[in-house]
Amino acid sequence: MTLEIKTTSLKPRRHTFANVARRLGADKPASRYDEAMFDLQATDIFHYRPTWEPQYELFDARRTAIKMADFYALRDPRQYYYGTYTIARSRMMESTEKNFSFVEKRSQMASIDPAWAQKIQDYLIPLRHFEWGANMNNSQITDVGFGTAITQATMYATMDRLGIAQLISRVGLMMDGGSGESLNEAKLAWLNGPMWQPMRHMVEDSLVVPDWFELFVAQNLVFDAMVYPLVYSEFDSVGQAHGAAPLSMLCDFMADWFDETSRWVNAVISTAAKESEENRVLLSGWYKSWAERAVAAVTPIAKHVLEDEGEAAVERARLTLENRAKVLSLTV
Amino acid sequence: MSIADKSTAKPRKLGLKERYAHLTRGLGWETTYQPMSKVFPFTDYEGIKIHDWDKWQDPFRLTMDSYWKFQAEKERKLYAVIDSFAQNNGHLNITDARYVNAIKLFLTGVSPLEYSAHRGYAHVGRHFVGAGPRIACQMQAIDELRHAQTQIHTISHYNKFFDGLHDARHMHDHVWYLSVPKSFFEDACSAGPFEFLTAISFSFEYVLTSLLFVPFMSGAAYNGDMATVTFGFSAQSDEARHMTLGLEIIKFMLEQDEGNVPIVQRWIDKWFWRGYRLLTIVAMMMDYMLPKRVMSWAEAWEIYFEQGGGALFEDLSRYGIRMPKYHEVASKEKGRLSHEVWATFYNYTQATAFHTWIPEKDELDWLSAKYPETFDQLYRPRFEYWKEQSDQGKRFYNNVLPQLCVTCQIPMIFTEPDDPKTICFRSTLYKGERYHFCSDGCKDIFLYEPEKYIQSWLPVHQIYQGNCGGATVPEVLNWYHMSLGNDNMDYQGSPDETLWNEWTADRHKSAI
Ligand SMILES: [Fe+2]
Ligand SMILES: [Fe+2]
Ligand SMILES: [Zn+2]
Repeated sequence: MTLEIKTTSLKPRRHTFANVARRLGADKPASRYDEAMFDLQATDIFHYRPTWEPQYELFDARRTAIKMADFYALRDPRQYYYGTYTIARSRMMESTEKNFSFVEKRSQMASIDPAWAQKIQDYLIPLRHFEWGANMNNSQITDVGFGTAITQATMYATMDRLGIAQLISRVGLMMDGGSGESLNEAKLAWLNGPMWQPMRHMVEDSLVVPDWFELFVAQNLVFDAMVYPLVYSEFDSVGQAHGAAPLSMLCDFMADWFDETSRWVNAVISTAAKESEENRVLLSGWYKSWAERAVAAVTPIAKHVLEDEGEAAVERARLTLENRAKVLSLTV
Repeated sequence: MSIADKSTAKPRKLGLKERYAHLTRGLGWETTYQPMSKVFPFTDYEGIKIHDWDKWQDPFRLTMDSYWKFQAEKERKLYAVIDSFAQNNGHLNITDARYVNAIKLFLTGVSPLEYSAHRGYAHVGRHFVGAGPRIACQMQAIDELRHAQTQIHTISHYNKFFDGLHDARHMHDHVWYLSVPKSFFEDACSAGPFEFLTAISFSFEYVLTSLLFVPFMSGAAYNGDMATVTFGFSAQSDEARHMTLGLEIIKFMLEQDEGNVPIVQRWIDKWFWRGYRLLTIVAMMMDYMLPKRVMSWAEAWEIYFEQGGGALFEDLSRYGIRMPKYHEVASKEKGRLSHEVWATFYNYTQATAFHTWIPEKDELDWLSAKYPETFDQLYRPRFEYWKEQSDQGKRFYNNVLPQLCVTCQIPMIFTEPDDPKTICFRSTLYKGERYHFCSDGCKDIFLYEPEKYIQSWLPVHQIYQGNCGGATVPEVLNWYHMSLGNDNMDYQGSPDETLWNEWTADRHKSAI
């Protein structure tokens, strides 16, 4: 039985959920992002303190020194909810897969100058552990952060970093013929290689930062802003002269991802900074101390890869970050 | 030998399993600049001993590239259905507007749990020492966020046309009967990581999930709710992964150290009983709220727990694990549970965000047939009496607030395991205060962790203490954000009913 319904007779009784209507100021049609984001997390009436941190409620705004009248101001300009997020990433992966099979079919990685190929092994493959640290840090923010606006976006970042760690690993597996030698070698470098120790030290220190907003600044603003432009632009463009064009194809995902994600990171930090002078001072302090660490952490790597040009490249990345921080109204 | 040489030298290729290990647990490392105990501070305090995290068997092998691909494919299909459901006013195809009350229970009682699961798995996904189990938990964390969001998006259309759906999060946190699911999940999330996984991955997802999702989803299918059926099906492949994680974590704990066995057994006992009490809402949904019924609660319990669960625990007996304590009480209650609960909600519908009603005659007959030993003897006369009263304009509402069980937070409505005519009361003194329980199961749980349960935010106590908007019923209901005369009261005479009759009158006209 097919039914013909006069749609005029079906006037909706309301256009969205009441909590969304309160936030929009009126009952009007709301976006899927808004309906799947606002107020998903409980904010009060908790039954039991967590046995693992009894000084706090299960979700507790006091877990960061940043104060917001409303943590739902920390919106994601990409308006990602699970559906749009996974669809966006699967699109990016589709072209990445094409690139991987293009490069693989033609054994293009073999045409990279051997000396530069060794450098790729040295600077790129150990970064899978850096990405794993970023995964842990975003997972931590998802755990203890406040409000779904920020914690759903960090959930996506958590999985992004696992995905990127796996892409880097696949580059290694392509270079070592699928034996895993490249990955073993990279892990040893991460654990013991002198060039990687300031970086690993910094990452491990970040893993125990108690304030989740500080962690957000350290990882998602500072660390990434020092690592990504250096690795995926500076090193990459020098590599072109050594036959490393195929690597750019394999790392396309990372370059696009960094641009996209920076928009979100900027929005979060500038919103928090504009909320109050106290927030701005806190954020600026965190920015400064972690930026110093991050500059020191990438310098030996840049020097190894770019030799004499290394320090200048680090300085360019540092300046870009500093200008970005200024735009976000931080004091640098 | 340089890397470039290696790629032409054809060294031994990794097998799939080794390759997956490199792409997952191989990413982790032992920290040295910060002690491992500080990086992973929560893995010891529950007393579970893990000697070798590498013994963890990954329950499924999914790298992020395929995760994104599969999940995006599912999302595309699901949202296509949601869109067309809205465009075609799919809600008009359901059997009867009474059905929507099951959706109201789901959105206010279950969807917020999906969200809590998301955050709970993010916690364990950060804090387990082994990178393998951490990744499995992270994937579940993002899956559960998916479930919360797709449920909201699906039900968003129903919210436009029916009452009781408009403020689910607020209601979940404030409304009296919703403290049952809320406290259940907060109990799990406030526990340590191993107990959380035992509670949710094993007891809930593996042992009891067939009794929660299957009834809701088949109920939707039977009652013409294609949107809910679609999100249910779409979530099923996620659930399959979650269930394997549940079984794996139990085996892992049991195999790592013999000392873990009694701890795990106690958690299984606790979370079986906690989960079973939570399922009372499902029991009443199955027997009373579906215009077209799938199977009775008693049948579901027999198939999914007595048979399915029985086989599982027989399997686990080689580790020294036995059936959960009080499983026999649950079986004794199966002929009474749904009737006792529906009667309670019928009496308190002035304070619920869904409607209740007396079943139609053919529905009462169905109940008589499904419950030959209990329904006619104990419950049918009561419902028929209330129907009579209601027909005379004296629809009964109980204005005395009920006493709640401190553990499960359900009113004291259950009867003695061996005497269906006597209400079961248990109590204990702790630090000079008396605490009340609905059952031995709930009392045991309290006695093991009294410091946890004395914190319970018991809605009835809170109303008496003046913490819920005021002392009168309308004040409390306003505080709940209930829209009086719309969300609450009997289905008969509700705006839901009135509008449904208008819409379906239209349907009959155009069908002719
Ligand atoms: Fe779920
Ligand atoms: Fe699940
Ligand atoms: Zn109880």
